Amino acid sequence: MNLNMNSAESIVAQIQALSTTPRDISQLHSFLKQSDDLIRSESTRLAPSLAQLDPSIHSLGYLYILDACTSGPSAKEQANEHVRTIARFVKACSTEQIRLAPEKFVSICRRLKDQVMFLAAPIRGIAPMLTAIRKLQSSTEHLTTLHPDFLLLCLSAKCYKNGLSILEDDIYEVDQPRDLLLYGYYGGMICIGQKRFRKALELLHSVVTAPMTNMSAIAVEAYKKYILVSLIHLGQFNATVPKYASTVAQRNLKNFTQPYLELAVSYGTGKVTELETCIRQHREKFQNDNNFGLVRQVVSSIYKRNIQRLTQTYLTLSLEGIANSVQLSSPKEAEMHVLQMIQDGEIHATINQKDGMVRFLEDPEQYKSCAMIERIDSSIERMMKLSKKLTATDELMSCDPAYLSRVGKERAPRLDFDDYDPVPQKFSM
Amino acid sequence: MEPEPETLNTPNGDAPTPHRPITNPDSLLDVESYSSLYTGRTKITRLLFIADRCGVVSMQLEALRMAYDEVKKSDNTQLFREVVSKIDGRLGDGYGPDPDWSAAVERKADARKDKLENELNAYRTNLIKESIRMGYNDFGDFYYAHGALGDAFKNYVRTRDYCTTAKHIIHMCLNAILVSIEMGQFTHVTSYVSKAEQSPEAVEPIVAAKLRCAAGLAHLEAKKYKLAARMFLETHPELGNNYSEVIAAQDVATYGGLCALASFDRAELKAKVIDNINFRNFLELVPEVRELIHDFYSSHYASCLDYLGSLKANLLLDIHLHDHVDTLYDQIRSKALIQYTHPFVSVDMRKMADAFKTNVAGLEKELESLITENQIQARIDSHNKILYARHADQRNATFQRVLQTGNEFDRDVKAMLLRANLIKNEFYSKQSKKLHNF
Repeated sequence: MNLNMNSAESIVAQIQALSTTPRDISQLHSFLKQSDDLIRSESTRLAPSLAQLDPSIHSLGYLYILDACTSGPSAKEQANEHVRTIARFVKACSTEQIRLAPEKFVSICRRLKDQVMFLAAPIRGIAPMLTAIRKLQSSTEHLTTLHPDFLLLCLSAKCYKNGLSILEDDIYEVDQPRDLLLYGYYGGMICIGQKRFRKALELLHSVVTAPMTNMSAIAVEAYKKYILVSLIHLGQFNATVPKYASTVAQRNLKNFTQPYLELAVSYGTGKVTELETCIRQHREKFQNDNNFGLVRQVVSSIYKRNIQRLTQTYLTLSLEGIANSVQLSSPKEAEMHVLQMIQDGEIHATINQKDGMVRFLEDPEQYKSCAMIERIDSSIERMMKLSKKLTATDELMSCDPAYLSRVGKERAPRLDFDDYDPVPQKFSM
Repeated sequence: MEPEPETLNTPNGDAPTPHRPITNPDSLLDVESYSSLYTGRTKITRLLFIADRCGVVSMQLEALRMAYDEVKKSDNTQLFREVVSKIDGRLGDGYGPDPDWSAAVERKADARKDKLENELNAYRTNLIKESIRMGYNDFGDFYYAHGALGDAFKNYVRTRDYCTTAKHIIHMCLNAILVSIEMGQFTHVTSYVSKAEQSPEAVEPIVAAKLRCAAGLAHLEAKKYKLAARMFLETHPELGNNYSEVIAAQDVATYGGLCALASFDRAELKAKVIDNINFRNFLELVPEVRELIHDFYSSHYASCLDYLGSLKANLLLDIHLHDHVDTLYDQIRSKALIQYTHPFVSVDMRKMADAFKTNVAGLEKELESLITENQIQARIDSHNKILYARHADQRNATFQRVLQTGNEFDRDVKAMLLRANLIKNEFYSKQSKKLHNF
């Protein structure tokens, strides 16, 4: 083939010619890689030619040119235009072709994110970003580099619901450890925004316990939120960092999160006054960390926790008695709390307004309904799938030459063997 | 010295009415009769302890006076100086620092030490095991008499290598135990007790009783009240006043009784305390404890609490028990509350408050904390002041647990797989970097 390497037109012609069969495309890929510098230098002349290409057919070529065209700094008007083009491309492009050049694809998506942030319209990036993630990831278990960017857009646009859609996938494969940290941190914040505290705890926990060799600021911030959410959701906090966490985390987390740990201790006493003193003392810290909203939720959760504790001990108790024992200022306020908790299904009780008595009832759930049996059934199925996966991973690992040679070579390997344990003791089946 | 029963004025347990008023609830400890129960160093330290803690000047001075007399009989000049400084001239000239006596004792001690050293060296050159053992033992005795407990312990333990018979070993152990108790090293006590008990020959009943007491004390110090109670309850009454350098028979009754009340359940209390013929001999020495145990068992809680209240002041002056009085009392009270509620489906809290001599509000608080700690399975109807027993639904609880465990498993395994993958990735990337470098 006689190629005129110098002209923009010939590049376009190549793209148009070599975009049908997989063989052609791989040829085109190597050609584009060679002429990457040329495409960059010719980007201004190439930009108009994008119109001659169909993003769904000539995805790979389109991607290279688009990346080159949008790389420079751009004014507001141009940024608008770029966002539109990239969004259109992401929507139309062919999955197979863009996966040949994932770094290019990631780079234009990043640019999309930067531009919409620059335009102060993060909401415009959400839909294209989600499509991009779905196209880029090999399976839903795969965490791409775009995940954190997408979640950041959702956070900035306050579109938490959209963020939840990818958070529901279980992640097992990660390209870059840093992606996971940011993914867990942003994801945790989105779940907190949606009051999905259980999921938030899970995500933040995965950040804190992620293997790392240097202390990461993301992990520290995640740990702060983890403490607060665990107080709000579980009503307690266990200050020991699990031993499968990295050694740096075990050693350093406590030093960076002292005010939060003190808060957890004062929460543990169950006394509202102590909690409030502690908050007053560290107020500035909490505010600087942008965690004061969560701290306020911690306070309201201690009332709930105390009322819940009363249901364990009392059959009937006057509203005044409740107000006294959980340190609320008036029976009226106690009534509001109890009412709210009944509504949320957090306690089972009835209020008799005639004599101001609250009667606490037992949990009416009898575990006899069809729905409950279905739930248990689906749980069992899920567990079985999971343990199969675990066995498969274990087998894979025990056949892995790298793993075997490492274990054979060193008597005391540095890898954490807990993580390879097929089934931890307490779950042995 | 004959041990006198501590209280002769109480009726002989023939027919005490359950709510019999305590003869003299505020009676202060009779220091004289108390101290007569003990011999040796423990007498002095106990007297000093009372002097430190009692807070009543007359009693303090009496205790110090007796301690002075006692310490003069011994060779311990160090302790003597301590006692004198505590008396601070308040008992007149007869109880001042006696420099002549001190000097004489110290001179004698130096001479004796030289003699012992010479003897020991001679034995060691002759390599006669038994003599060497005796030499070290004498050294131990010597140091013990002069209050150098650390050295005494070292020398007693050194005899171990030269012990030839089981008897010798037991002798060594008893000495080590005595010194350790005085030093407050109760872990040593436990280990030497078990060493002595491993002896192949059957130990004499008196020695066995001594070992039981020592083990009991060690467990008491370690706050293992149940084990302590067992040890004291197993003590053979032949102990009598044979171990007065450590413990009096009355103490065995008090310690054993209180620990048993605090830690045993009803059946155990009946079988191991009330029906225990051996222990009954001890209890006869301290009728109050016997009465309060019987009251507790027959559910006369008010009278039981009365007895406990009247005993408290004296128990706080006990060198071993003082730290544990409050804990034991709390546990006994909680036990009583739990036992009271146990047989009922519903309990009228007003009646219960009467039985425990408290008011309903106070009782409610106590019950609340017991329920929170899951010691009583019941719930309070605060409107009608009635306590209702609560029967946990096993089936529901199991379902709940199963679902929860499932969720935890799910979460943990996922997190684990993720971490494993991360570590794997990191490992591969490190390896590929290495390959690039080559």
